[in-house]
Amino acid sequence: MSDTPPLVLAIAAILVVALNAYVLFGGADFGGGVWDLLARGPRRQQQRALIDRAIGPIWEANHVWLILVVVLTFVCFPAAFSQLAITLHIPISLLLVGVVLRGSAFTFRSYDSSHQELQQRWGVIFAVASTVTPVLLGICGGALLSGAVGAAPTSSFHARFIAPWATPFAFAVGVFALVLFAFLAAVYLTVEADEERLKEDFRRRAIGSGIAVFVAAGAVLYLAREQAAFMVRGLIFAPLALPLQGATSIAALTALWALVNRRYRIARFAAPVQISLILWGWAYAQFPEIIPGALSLRAAAAPDITLKLVLIGVTVGMTLLIPSLAYLLKIFKGDGNAFDRLERGSPPPDARPARRR
Amino acid sequence: MNDLLAARSQMGISLAFHIIFAVVGIGMPALMVLAEWHAQRTGDAMYRELAKRWSKGTAILFAVGAVSGTVLSFELGLLWPSFMEFAGPIIGMPFSLEGFAFFTEAIFLGIYLYGWNRISPKAHLWSGVAVAGSGMISGVFVVMANAWMNAPAGFELVEGKAVHVDPIAALFNPAVVQQTLHMTIAAYCATGMAVAGIHAVLLLKHPGNRFHRAALTLALWVGVPAALLQPESGHFSAQWVAKRQPVKLAAMEGQFLTEVGAPLRIGGIPDERAFETRGALEVPYALSILAFNDPFAEVKGLDSVPRDQWPPVAIVHVAFQLMVAFGTLLSLAAGWVAWRWFKKRPVDGSRPLLLCLAVCAPLGFLAIEAGWVVTEVGRQPWIIYKVMRTAQTVTPMPGLVWSMVGFSGLYLFLAVIVSWLMYNQILRTVPDAAPLGDASLS
Repeated sequence: MSDTPPLVLAIAAILVVALNAYVLFGGADFGGGVWDLLARGPRRQQQRALIDRAIGPIWEANHVWLILVVVLTFVCFPAAFSQLAITLHIPISLLLVGVVLRGSAFTFRSYDSSHQELQQRWGVIFAVASTVTPVLLGICGGALLSGAVGAAPTSSFHARFIAPWATPFAFAVGVFALVLFAFLAAVYLTVEADEERLKEDFRRRAIGSGIAVFVAAGAVLYLAREQAAFMVRGLIFAPLALPLQGATSIAALTALWALVNRRYRIARFAAPVQISLILWGWAYAQFPEIIPGALSLRAAAAPDITLKLVLIGVTVGMTLLIPSLAYLLKIFKGDGNAFDRLERGSPPPDARPARRR
Repeated sequence: MNDLLAARSQMGISLAFHIIFAVVGIGMPALMVLAEWHAQRTGDAMYRELAKRWSKGTAILFAVGAVSGTVLSFELGLLWPSFMEFAGPIIGMPFSLEGFAFFTEAIFLGIYLYGWNRISPKAHLWSGVAVAGSGMISGVFVVMANAWMNAPAGFELVEGKAVHVDPIAALFNPAVVQQTLHMTIAAYCATGMAVAGIHAVLLLKHPGNRFHRAALTLALWVGVPAALLQPESGHFSAQWVAKRQPVKLAAMEGQFLTEVGAPLRIGGIPDERAFETRGALEVPYALSILAFNDPFAEVKGLDSVPRDQWPPVAIVHVAFQLMVAFGTLLSLAAGWVAWRWFKKRPVDGSRPLLLCLAVCAPLGFLAIEAGWVVTEVGRQPWIIYKVMRTAQTVTPMPGLVWSMVGFSGLYLFLAVIVSWLMYNQILRTVPDAAPLGDASLS
């Protein structure tokens, strides 16, 4: 296992970090769309408006993490990219349709102010695309994880282009991704809601989807016994696996405990930690392979000179990117609620006795 | 339709669709920033309103550009997996750098669009500058990667494998200067002249309207210099192509036979079977002069390479004629505007000029589409010039025609919606009189 050169390891780690960022930021935007679809009850419109405000300024920036993941894959691990693009052609194409419809429908809804009815229709497309896309993303991940991408035989169309991802295990991972994103979004929204009843709405949703995460995780593990056996080995028997699992469980239970006790800021910290640990657990389980059962990181890696330059490029890029992202989040997520109130004509926060937590 | 043709069509349609939005993402931020800067300098709230209106259109177009660009980054692999496997490590630099530039653009566009009342005016203006700058740079990086396909550099080919990879040499390949220059100028020209044309139409409807006069002036500031510079940049590009890709030049010019003292053929339809271009207006020696600054220079014809290395000649020739025609019309219109500026007469004082600008509005974008047909179709049958054939790299996935039809339908749908939104939400709601005060968005 230690024969992966440090340079390749560093690039692989960057790839997982970028994927991690996409899941935490972009994933929550998808989750927001899910709650838009599931908006119910007397505060339906307020729920949708909150989701709209939460996603609006940041979804495009969040989306770029996905582009970064793709680019890093084809530059640094070109052989893996090509194999994934061939075998998963169909789910990736469908995923792209979802990405296009989600983004454009959201924007059309925001800027089409003339017809209430049309706006609602955009809302439906946005919400449905937000729900379907994470499932497809998970299906692609599940197909990879099951080892079917590398092993796809070339005998028939079905065997090569459909069978690798049309499995119960891949679908279970798809559903798992969906409930994770929905859970994450609900947790974020408990903090971003500025009204107690709205916070309660999303607290209930967060607890419900948090429990669904446990159920979906159980289903994934159950199906993995047969369909992704090596993953089970990596998830349980590898040296660091159990500590990782333990940490994930602690984070998950902390998030649920915090939600039950209305400690929203703790939940907002614990939920992303939980999801990041799941992702790193997966990466650890399939290490040192990039396409399980077929291609190691080392075998798929681009020449050293390319990797070195990418490392330099990413370092320079991140030093520009991170302050910019921090600035964006500070404006819209930091004390942003103060401005939301200001814009909607409520008194500014310092005119109130104390800020609610 | 066979899979190769379906894949090429899908790639072509995706690029043709995306490029409109990518170009708008380069040009519009410059206009927004100009308007906001003007507002802050003069304290005239009308310019702030103008910046807001322009940013509203930009928001819609940028979002469609971002998602269609994502599709492209995947499509490179979905359609041409072995090309990406070969080229990824070599031209990865511009792609990775573009990722960061685009990231910066998306971040600061979010701040710009939603931050009017959240940050100081100065910070807001600088956010706009960041959007405009990173938008331009990200376009340059993408074109640098494309330039490499025309002038592959930074590797040696040993038994079909790339060895001695040098991504820096690939990044600064010999086609970079001419291609990035031509495309960047094209982006400002197309956007500036299109916006100017739209406001010219509105001025024809509402003569003397202060708002549209201001908008027209700012759009022309961007469009006119670009339209005047573009023919020179195009000439520079064509001379490069003449030297480095003689077959592409031969297709562009409908030059079937190698010829000393070649004429310039304007118009006409190349007939690949008859080995001649019919119905063209021929200007003696002009092609040799334009391509090599020498009336007796030899211009290589299509006959200089075997038939299986020809691009589709008629498409390339016609597209090239259209690009040059549109570009020429734009530069004449720009010259007319510049002449009125020089004479210190208002542009909107001349109805014929407003009419001319209105007619020219779509030409920049049409010229860009035609230009990409020239460079991409003109490079065929190669995906990497003289290194790798397009047909070699297409994915083994069968039935690509379905994917092509699906994505074409999706893009057609989006094109209709975007046009409708632009018309209904932006053009039709433009105030008749000069708006005052600080009306907010939507």
